[in-house]
Amino acid sequence: MEGCRQFLDLIPKEREWPVKRAEETSHGLSEEKKLELRLGPPGDDDWTIKHNNNSSQTTSRARDHESLLSFGYFSNSPCAQNPVLKSPWQQQTNPHFLHLPVKKESPHPSSNRAELHNSEKKAFSPAAPANTAVPNSSSAHKRTAPAPVVGWPPIRSFRKNLASGSSSKLASESGDVVQNKVSGQKPVDNGPKTLFVKINMDGIPIGRKVDLKAYNSYEKLSYAVDELFRGLLAAQSDSSARGIKDDEAGGKATGRLLDANGEYTLVYEDNEGDRMLVGDVPWHMFVSTVKRLRVLKSSELPTLYRGSKQGKLYLDASSRK
Amino acid sequence: MNYFPEEVLEHVFDFLTSHRDRNAVSLVCKSWYSVERFSREKVFIGNCYAVNPERLIARFPRVRSLTLKGKPHFADFNLVPHDWGGYVYPWIEAMAKSGINLEELRLKRMVVSDESLELLAKSFPNFKSLVLVSCEGFTTDGLAAIASNCRFLRELDLQENEVDDRKGQWLSCFPDTCTSLVSLNFACLKGEVNVAALERLVARCRNLRSLRLNHAVPLDALQKILVQAPQLNDLGTGSFLHDPDSEAYCKLKNAIKKCKSIRSLSGFLDVNTRCLPAVYPICTNLTSLNLSYAPGIYSSELIKLICHCKKLERLWILDTIGDKGLGVVASTCKELQELRVFPSDLYDGVGNAAVTEEGLVAISAGCPKLNSLLYFCQQMTNAALITVAKNCPNFIRFRLCTLDPTIPDAVTNQPLDEGFGAIVQSCKGLKRLSVSGLLTDQVFLYIGMYAEQLEMLSIAFAGDSDKGMLYVLNGCKKLKKLEIRDSPFGNVALLADVGKYETMRSLWMSSCEVTYGACKTLAEKMPRLNVEIINEGEQIEASPDDRHRVEKMYLYRTLVGPRRDAPEFVWTL
Repeated sequence: MEGCRQFLDLIPKEREWPVKRAEETSHGLSEEKKLELRLGPPGDDDWTIKHNNNSSQTTSRARDHESLLSFGYFSNSPCAQNPVLKSPWQQQTNPHFLHLPVKKESPHPSSNRAELHNSEKKAFSPAAPANTAVPNSSSAHKRTAPAPVVGWPPIRSFRKNLASGSSSKLASESGDVVQNKVSGQKPVDNGPKTLFVKINMDGIPIGRKVDLKAYNSYEKLSYAVDELFRGLLAAQSDSSARGIKDDEAGGKATGRLLDANGEYTLVYEDNEGDRMLVGDVPWHMFVSTVKRLRVLKSSELPTLYRGSKQGKLYLDASSRK
Repeated sequence: MNYFPEEVLEHVFDFLTSHRDRNAVSLVCKSWYSVERFSREKVFIGNCYAVNPERLIARFPRVRSLTLKGKPHFADFNLVPHDWGGYVYPWIEAMAKSGINLEELRLKRMVVSDESLELLAKSFPNFKSLVLVSCEGFTTDGLAAIASNCRFLRELDLQENEVDDRKGQWLSCFPDTCTSLVSLNFACLKGEVNVAALERLVARCRNLRSLRLNHAVPLDALQKILVQAPQLNDLGTGSFLHDPDSEAYCKLKNAIKKCKSIRSLSGFLDVNTRCLPAVYPICTNLTSLNLSYAPGIYSSELIKLICHCKKLERLWILDTIGDKGLGVVASTCKELQELRVFPSDLYDGVGNAAVTEEGLVAISAGCPKLNSLLYFCQQMTNAALITVAKNCPNFIRFRLCTLDPTIPDAVTNQPLDEGFGAIVQSCKGLKRLSVSGLLTDQVFLYIGMYAEQLEMLSIAFAGDSDKGMLYVLNGCKKLKKLEIRDSPFGNVALLADVGKYETMRSLWMSSCEVTYGACKTLAEKMPRLNVEIINEGEQIEASPDDRHRVEKMYLYRTLVGPRRDAPEFVWTL
């Protein structure tokens, strides 16, 4: 593309910038860091070389951090002592990380952060020396960017609600279904007849959509979700590690998503962007605030959320409408 | 200065429209101050707590148009608790009591209650224009009051407000005698409207130039409206869903063709992409296009549409357009001045649709008139920013937002200091800057050195030490608003030059390293600042430890001391 060609040509060979000085300092700094951060995982030299992208001589802080964190999943992690927590929805090989995202408008922002730091410290005991290496930062250094971060990316809630895309009238796939509905309708409506929300499941890259208006209770939803993913799970893996599949040798869904001992847990994202456990509020309230659903591995949740609370939910679910 | 009689001075001042010019003029001497204050009709108050209604009325008794801004900018992103403040009621009440002849009220980030709207509607017989941006606290009942009572209403413009829709008939409250509407924007309302009443309203308001509908107005109603109002300049469609093979759609196409004056197009809140070709005929004359509320339109469709828009000056779009799409924009829209690319899918972690530095570089190469940018991107590089800076030295607003707030240069893994440095060095007229990505103190050194015209700076997850903030405070002489979150700036930076804050409108610092002690010190030294500490949900201790870090601090200059409407969790030190 024209633009790209120009782009390449315009990269100056020698910078007009007072960059050299800056490069030197950062180079110097990162050299120092490199030395200290080598007290990290074994095979450190190999790590840095392996994860070197383009720059041959400059070892940036970032790359060192990346090497440290490479035994986790992260690709673009900048900070040593406070690794960037990518969305917990992605595969994480390091189970020590805090799994609950920082909630928006959390009532205890500082306690959340404290939690984060504690869990990070536990996870990164080899990196402890790195904490002291970086200049001028205390352990309360706020450069962590755990995802999702409160108020990031900075867009108004008005847009967030659009972006989460649970509007039933979006006809981007094929307009036909919706067109038939709309063309015969009077302008004034009692509200959308469908409420499709996205649903993703841990371990399955492709999501589905469910129409929440097709159900009137948590149980029914749970069964439906179970059915939706069972097929995908079966197709995708032959492993016996999948809890749900184990039980369904005969292919029958048992709706264990709300079950205390289920291997999977159903959570949802509400209209304020917060991640919530499914089943706490009456069904109609749930439907009015839910934006999307997620099926998580129960092992990823703190024990607080497993066990008795969910068991009670399951028993009570039948009494909710 | 007794050269000219006051009438002449007043006549001369009439030519001064910008409030900054009028402010400057009023400082010349007492007689100019006096003439200016009696002749000023438009008043702009950037922080509603910097003055109070009484002082406004005392100084500008002939005010007719008032612009007020309330909450700090970061309130848009849920960083400010709900009932922090920013109430408009006292202003309306005071002006009503003093017999001010208010004609226009423009509010941003304020709390507007239905009572305020009712009082407004009933107190000012000549009221003409209400513009609410990012406000909250009112319902459609308040709108009904405005519609019913403001006999000469010309403008009702609601932009991205949180409105409680009571599903009443507010639109029907416009009396049959109302024919004065020029601009009506209710796109942000979530509920149904009486479409028949809307059609009648449009039919009788022959001066209507701007109309933005909400999603509840279906396509066939749009068609009828356009038939009645082919003179529109600015159209926001409601729902744009229909069977493209239907007669209604065909009628719509014809109606649109007749709207030869449309220069600005937005909406598409619900859209069937197969209906989009209906707008192609008006694309050739469009100068402003906003498709940022339409996540359902794929890149290929966007591209097809944009190919028709050769005169576009302003484009707001979602990142579904992709780098390739931006390339098409670059080769088509040579007049482009303002571009905003919003993120479309926020919750999938790594976005499938997203734009990168490539798209931005393409735009900068193809659109030399670009001066305002808001760009949410997956990744960025220094090389790209340096190129952009070379291509577009005219930036006034440059806001870059990487979806991962601390992501380094995607190619070199370096901080993005150099890239932003290039921007501030090259763009000598830069007034507003938002930085993101991995950034050290170095970028602030550059900003302090080069960004001489900078008035507003937004910082998040950046910097290494107090030096960063100090570079900015020392260097940016025209700085008015500084907002910082999650960055390691502390007491040394905060207290280095306390006088600076009186030259600024406000400073926001959240999740930084400043302590109670430092904030108290600052408040003591500077009585004309309000230093507010916002304690969300933490235990409100009677006297917190001075060494305790402050979670959220907002300070601003004020002539009227601590505000009396602060809630419990906000302490003014």
